[in-house]
Amino acid sequence: MTTRIVELRQGILKKNDELARGLRGRFQSAGVLVLNLVSSPGTGKTAFLERTLRELRAGGARAAALVGDLETDNDARRLAASGAPVRQINTHGICHLEAEMIGKHLEGWDLADLDYLFIENVGNLVCPSSYDLGEKIRVALLSVTEGEDKPLKYPTLFNSADAAILTKIDIAEPCGFDRTTALKNINEIRPGIRIFETSAKTGAGMSDWLAYLADEKSRKS
Amino acid sequence: MHELSIVSSIVDSVTQTLEAYPGARVKEVRLRIGALASVVEDSLQFCYGIATDGTPLEGSKLVVKILPVTMHCDSCASDVEIASLQSFRCPRCDAPVSDLRQGRELEIESIEIDEVEEKV
Repeated sequence: MTTRIVELRQGILKKNDELARGLRGRFQSAGVLVLNLVSSPGTGKTAFLERTLRELRAGGARAAALVGDLETDNDARRLAASGAPVRQINTHGICHLEAEMIGKHLEGWDLADLDYLFIENVGNLVCPSSYDLGEKIRVALLSVTEGEDKPLKYPTLFNSADAAILTKIDIAEPCGFDRTTALKNINEIRPGIRIFETSAKTGAGMSDWLAYLADEKSRKS
Repeated sequence: MHELSIVSSIVDSVTQTLEAYPGARVKEVRLRIGALASVVEDSLQFCYGIATDGTPLEGSKLVVKILPVTMHCDSCASDVEIASLQSFRCPRCDAPVSDLRQGRELEIESIEIDEVEEKV
């Protein structure tokens, strides 16, 4: 019997990373801007996305969505009311979306027909941060009902985000939401990140968000 | 809690590697995990026992090396270690830092195996 050390130096999520790389290449060559929306359950990802899809379509843009949940197709049905192509991904217990699920659910869609593809992740602030889905922009959402210190509690996710969305700002006041502290905390974890203060109900902040999307879309690679 | 899927990926990779070493027994699996990788060592260890059961990794030890978060500070023009995940600022000059250089690793570094001597 001889003992041997075998060097692997291998990413544990190598399979996911490779699939994500493949997806990213497909998205780039099709010219579709892909965003991965991550937040706790109840932050209002679906309401925010409903409004985003509706406004994008009203402006003539072609947008589609994949939405992840453990069970039910409730969110897909809500989002489909916008008229956009939507598919539900049921993970049946898995707490995050993986690149393989994205690839599988894109079958039959011509990506070149899309300007934007939104992936609404499973409501979870921990696990989705480890899984690359091939997106260009990772968006972390935080609602005014959740507490200003959430970015400090979940730094791994907020630090990996490219943009942050504050949702439900129409009820910020009755919730006693401390805006200055929330913005400071997000910046402490991810210095310089773009932050959008929005309400899916009143439409506040949506024009800035749509302008950002259009800007990112026109940017090469 | 995605530690079980992480451990399952480890079992798959190591099992694949073992194809080159028929009959070998795994003694140790060594990981490098960044402090920002969203992985908890305790639950990794817990899941490891379950996921390796009945595989060639059964009974092996999981050794986890946690890598600190390193960011590049433009003002200091050097890579600096972040002591706390509560504030992404340079520990020397207090400037905000957003250029991550280390901390999200999720890697199998190496495995230690007992090989069966080839019969002559």
